[in-house]
Amino acid sequence: MPFKLSDEFKETAGHICARYPRRDAALIPLLHELQKEKGYVAEEAMDELAKFLELPYTRVKAVTTFYTMFNRAPAGKYHIQVCRNISCHMAGAPDLLGHLRTRLSIEEGETTSDGIYTLSSAECLGACGTAPVIQVNEEYFESMTLEKLDALLEDLKRGRLRAGAL
Amino acid sequence: MTDNILLKNNIAGLEAYFACGGYKPLKKALGMKPAEIIEEVKKSNLRGRGGAGFPTGLKWSLVPPDALGQRYLVCNADEGEPGTFKDRELILKNPHALIEGMTIAACAIGAAHGYIYIRGEFAAETEFLNKAITEARAKGFIGKNILGSGFNFELFTHRGAGAYICGEETALLESLEGFKGQPRLKPPYPALKGLFSSPTVINNVETLAAVPSIIERGGEWYAALGTGKSGGTKLFCVSGPVNKPGVYELPLGTAFKDLLEVNCGGMKPGKVLKAVIPGGSSTPVLTAREASAVKLDYESLAAAGSMLGSGGVIIIDDTQCMVRLLQVLARFYHHESCGQCTPCREGCGWLEKILNRLEEGTASHRDIDLLYSVAEGMTGRTICALADAMALPVMSFVTKFRGEFEAHAAGRVCGK
Repeated sequence: MPFKLSDEFKETAGHICARYPRRDAALIPLLHELQKEKGYVAEEAMDELAKFLELPYTRVKAVTTFYTMFNRAPAGKYHIQVCRNISCHMAGAPDLLGHLRTRLSIEEGETTSDGIYTLSSAECLGACGTAPVIQVNEEYFESMTLEKLDALLEDLKRGRLRAGAL
Repeated sequence: MTDNILLKNNIAGLEAYFACGGYKPLKKALGMKPAEIIEEVKKSNLRGRGGAGFPTGLKWSLVPPDALGQRYLVCNADEGEPGTFKDRELILKNPHALIEGMTIAACAIGAAHGYIYIRGEFAAETEFLNKAITEARAKGFIGKNILGSGFNFELFTHRGAGAYICGEETALLESLEGFKGQPRLKPPYPALKGLFSSPTVINNVETLAAVPSIIERGGEWYAALGTGKSGGTKLFCVSGPVNKPGVYELPLGTAFKDLLEVNCGGMKPGKVLKAVIPGGSSTPVLTAREASAVKLDYESLAAAGSMLGSGGVIIIDDTQCMVRLLQVLARFYHHESCGQCTPCREGCGWLEKILNRLEEGTASHRDIDLLYSVAEGMTGRTICALADAMALPVMSFVTKFRGEFEAHAAGRVCGK
């Protein structure tokens, strides 16, 4: 599938590159921009970005695969991530994950067949005082309970992703 | 009670920050010589709040004053140590203290460019910081010829993308340059050869946010807030089954008992304290008895066989299985090992496998000693401290809660 960097992307990229003495330092911010546009970073996109930054493709691929936030395949409309590290674990994260597996009929790392939900577990999200924490796309949902999780799923079903604690 | 220095309520906006005397310290600093600023910070006994506790003034003084070319100031906001959530709170409640602290630090080390490397998941926090930086730039606190002093300083945020290892300062630099976040072999240290091969200082959010008060009221005043070599106040983030978990700013040297009973309102009803991880998941665990006697500062926690670390205080109650909790940590460190050094890459995975056997009830008693010896073999043999961050919890869990490991090896698995 041919992939072209959009004009908007190139304009934004120009501003971002200007923050650094070397253009290639903008690689990670630009991968974020690509993912924001398409929801994931495709192989072809890595290739185009490499040309844009005048880098070998292997460098872009190595960086994209090193960092966990970059999706290399289309994720669901809602990417639900459950923190499972120590504080969230003690506060009931395994129950939240189990509940999501049952409600969505998928395992971690999978997307529902309608393309709406992707389920993942995440390591410490840095909000341990309000454990357990769930992240949906870029929003945090804190001090979660099974009841609040059901309400969140109900919201998502109606296409509403409301800001979390911020 | 000491007044809060870092966490004052409702000072997120610039006007409110002015009302608390904000950006006056910057004016003062711009009239000082760089060496005078560094001297004041040295007197304050301020130590790195990210976990390692390196003296801040000393770190700044390692940048050669006569070095030619660019120097950089980098703020480490890659908050990811399990149990730690103070920098996020500080950014949201008092962003201008960080920005002002960075401008003063940049003035001290002669940096014209600064970056705030913030963890990728903190998208909203990054936007929030960007707004605060724009506000500061509009008032002339950032940019060219700051407050007419002739000093220039540009500041940008830079989001990571999900890698715990990037909290290690040289991995952070690699990531900031657009590479995989794999720590660098030292020396050379970043003060001589850091970001883009130039002299660089990397400080934690909380460290930098403490700087304006130190310049305003003096290093000696700040040092006197704390105890011994631990100057000032520290943010403690408490998670686990307490009545009021959250971030508390307390003078260093505060008793753990006071943090738990007074600030956090004690354990939740029916919960009994079993253990405490005092400074983020990498620090050795303390038993309830050890914790009850300890004071929260660098020296006291080191004397108790643990570390102040990042101030991430994880409270563990007696319904928790220590084997299961260690398995959770091992899974994390195995996932986050960058793969560069064999003892860490292989060791973390090996430890996780042994813990999986103990959890499944298929381990033998010999596995407990194996767990300890693998951990011991990982310490001090790698480029960065991630291997030690895995090994120290393992060794302390096994030593202090051996009975629970023995029970699992005998097939008595908790099933939780």
